[in-house]
Amino acid sequence: MNDIVSQKLTELVQNVKERKISSEEITKAFIDRSNKSKTLNSYITENFSAALQKAKKFDEKPNLDLKLPGIPIAVKDLFCTNGVRTTAGSKILNNFTPTYESTVTQNMWNDGAILLGKLNCDEFAMGSSNETSFFGNVQNPIDKDLVPGGSSGGSASALAANITPITIGTDTGGSIRQPASFTGTVGLKPTYGSCSRYGIVAFASSLDQAGPMSKNVKDCALLQEVISTYDSKDSTSIDFKRNNYSSELTKNIKGKKIGIPKEYRVDGMPKEIETLWSKGTQYLKNCGAEIVDISLPHTNYALPAYYIVAPAEASSNLARYDGVKYGFRSNGENLIDMYEKTRSEGFGDEVQRRIMIGTYVLSSGYYDAYYLKAQKVRKLIKNDFDEVYKKVDAILTPSTPSSAFKIGENSNDPVSMYLNDIFTVPVNLAGLPAISIPAGVDDKGNPLGLQIIGKHFDEQNILNIAYAMEEKINFKNKITDWWIK
Amino acid sequence: MDKVNNENKEFLISRKKNIYEVIIGLEVHAQVTSNSKLFSSSSTKFGAEPNTQVSLVDAAFPGMLPVINEFCVKQAIKTGIGLKAQINKRSVFDRKNYFYADLPQGYQISQFKHPIVGEGTVVLDMPNGQKEVGIERLHLEQDAGKSIHDVDPQNTMVDLNRSGVALMEIVSKPDLRSPDEVNVYIKKLRSIMRYLGTCDGNMQEGSLRADVNVSVRKKGTDKLGTRCEIKNVNSIKFMQMAINYEANRQVDLIEEGKSIAQETRLFDTKKNETRSMRSKEDAHDYRYFPDPDLLPLEVTDNFVELIKSEIPELPDEKKKRFIEKYKLSPYEATILVSDIETSKYFEEVIKNSDIKLATNWITGELFAVLNNKNLEIADSPISAKNLSKLINLIKDGTISGKIAKTIFELMMDGDKDPQTIVDEKGLKQQSDPKALEDLIDKVIADNPDNVKEYKSGKEKLFGFFVGQVMKVSGGKANPQLVNEILKKKLK
Repeated sequence: MNDIVSQKLTELVQNVKERKISSEEITKAFIDRSNKSKTLNSYITENFSAALQKAKKFDEKPNLDLKLPGIPIAVKDLFCTNGVRTTAGSKILNNFTPTYESTVTQNMWNDGAILLGKLNCDEFAMGSSNETSFFGNVQNPIDKDLVPGGSSGGSASALAANITPITIGTDTGGSIRQPASFTGTVGLKPTYGSCSRYGIVAFASSLDQAGPMSKNVKDCALLQEVISTYDSKDSTSIDFKRNNYSSELTKNIKGKKIGIPKEYRVDGMPKEIETLWSKGTQYLKNCGAEIVDISLPHTNYALPAYYIVAPAEASSNLARYDGVKYGFRSNGENLIDMYEKTRSEGFGDEVQRRIMIGTYVLSSGYYDAYYLKAQKVRKLIKNDFDEVYKKVDAILTPSTPSSAFKIGENSNDPVSMYLNDIFTVPVNLAGLPAISIPAGVDDKGNPLGLQIIGKHFDEQNILNIAYAMEEKINFKNKITDWWIK
Repeated sequence: MDKVNNENKEFLISRKKNIYEVIIGLEVHAQVTSNSKLFSSSSTKFGAEPNTQVSLVDAAFPGMLPVINEFCVKQAIKTGIGLKAQINKRSVFDRKNYFYADLPQGYQISQFKHPIVGEGTVVLDMPNGQKEVGIERLHLEQDAGKSIHDVDPQNTMVDLNRSGVALMEIVSKPDLRSPDEVNVYIKKLRSIMRYLGTCDGNMQEGSLRADVNVSVRKKGTDKLGTRCEIKNVNSIKFMQMAINYEANRQVDLIEEGKSIAQETRLFDTKKNETRSMRSKEDAHDYRYFPDPDLLPLEVTDNFVELIKSEIPELPDEKKKRFIEKYKLSPYEATILVSDIETSKYFEEVIKNSDIKLATNWITGELFAVLNNKNLEIADSPISAKNLSKLINLIKDGTISGKIAKTIFELMMDGDKDPQTIVDEKGLKQQSDPKALEDLIDKVIADNPDNVKEYKSGKEKLFGFFVGQVMKVSGGKANPQLVNEILKKKLK
């Protein structure tokens, strides 16, 4: 048996079910590992002693029918957790402890999982490097100088560093897939409406979607099976037939038609990514899939449209953080003064930037030119996908235009930071599911991911394709535990 | 300030050479009758301790999401049907963004471009005939909380009990021309909504408030003048006062050759004046956009048909029926249908009694009592059943109208049966001709001088004899019989 912390989720579950390990042993192992890994700064809030207690309690009367029996899991600090501080990576929620639980995390606890802690992320999930967090940046276990990606950077870092056996993130424009790609892990952004948004601190409501991040595709399928439920508390939750993703997982993708969109071959894309993409295509062929060249003509407009729609919604979603009801308040001379001080001290630069962009694009006189036009573009992007899905079952693209960049490299250049999302945002705009799997390394040996985009509600299909490719790729993450002295 | 009321009862304002008419449009905010809020399950009960009816959604906690209350949607559609309006199968909730301490989300969820109800009509019964007022739209929105400035000298207190309560904003076309029409319009709206059970119309509790848009123009011209909006007026009287003040203010400005600034104004009820709140330039930019937490609201034909089948007879139809079936005058019918409870009471009374008498007694004695005691008809101290009995006692001659008034007073004490009172107090009318003849003979015998004068042509004295007979009978003599017998005896 492997060292506990390097076991995959499905191995741990199997071992618990066979009574080979106890929940307490697992929880202790991950707590130990977490304690040795503080330098990565993956956690915002630890929940270790409560987790240990719950693990002991689980072992007293283990319910082995559960899908995540006694498994400790740390989650992105965007999920509200009852009685455990939830900050969204922001000073403005630094002191906020919810009295309620997000549906997604509740689903996990209902299936036996135990909350290990809350993981670092970009402030309000706005960022691609975890550098906008009020709680400091996070290191990529691959290399101390590298960002883990963002916004689910703490989640990706913790997962790759074996601090948590699996985790969940949220993905508004790539926040699960990009960090997964940067850390050599698997990340699934489900169909919009698949996972409830209830209890998740909102960034951009029409784009936000929670999803699993894991060490392999099988784990990913299992967690997706647990967290995806119809929820009447979220009006955008969709009541569709959800598969038993893990038990229905198959490597047989013979005859599947996979589209390769020419528009994703962008200028200045590193050679390694080209190569990786071609290799991925070859693997698919080897699995019996059919490769089809396709065109998604409006791809170029996705990024600008995204950076209008997402800030617009964010500017409104974040209006509630006003110092009146909960969270941080800076006293002022009067109400307006209090608002101004609270919000300029409570929000970081990137959040303020996006609030300003969002406020601007919704302003009278600019609404039509920006917000409305962006919505039209969004429709065109959706149409592009609808059109190609008449011909193909899924689409293969790179996950990101580069491997993980250096800490500080892009932090003063928002536009080049935003360019990181170029391959991931069209998926959010169209509400589609997409998975990023580790597919190789660049010339520095840093992981690179490939993205498989599916049809609405077709998570099973992209999981299957990923599962088949995973075997062929046989990716091994090179993590040296450099942070453990 | 000089108001001119010409023979058509037009509300006009005259100055030196010019006569102005006033153009009024109302945005009425009517609280939807519903046990729970528009997007949460919190209670809407009025008068609870501050912040005791607030859910996590109402207080806009992180990650909380609105879920539409189907009942409120139904209520809005019902009201739309009552306003004979277009029901929009697809409507969209938008966010109206602005910061205020009692607005927890930092935006109000409302309907901007695509309201649930479109154009409709309300018919006003004015003294000089009927008038139609156009409805522009009705949309659903959530109420804000309440800021309380006078509890603590240092701080503003916020009560979120109202936060998220469902409101219908009913926007009229600029079809109203006088404070009187505003009065009738508001009452009619309230009446329709009370019939439908969609808004209790209680202005004291803030269930019905209005923003009043006022502009003036020279009589005979077509172009609308610049309007001012008077915000949040919560009684009909204040609306009328505010319109009066505002219209005259605008006329004065025009007469002085000045222009009217389009602005939002407040009505100061103590000083009876409107004051500028913010100019058009300072107007909020609400940055409306579709709420991404809510899908567009789509209702099916079946849903609307089902609601249509639940619509009761409304005031206009009821009035028509009352006039045709019960031969009431339009005036009487208007009064009796204005409140659904009154119409129910009326129809209950006339089940077993005379319509004409019932109409008179309800609109006369009963309304006077209710007014005095400040009671709703539903809380009437006299039940419809007993009023109906009283009317029958008059009709069959058991008691006179005069005695009936005495009995009516006595009935109020515990809704007493009038027959019991008649029996207990011996108030039965004296209708036995023989007994009456005896009384009359006595009166004639006691007043020989008056008899002589009467017979010599002073016929006015007839009333004197009737009075005397009534007096000696203790008021119980049947006046009709007394008249008949007296006439014979005095020939």
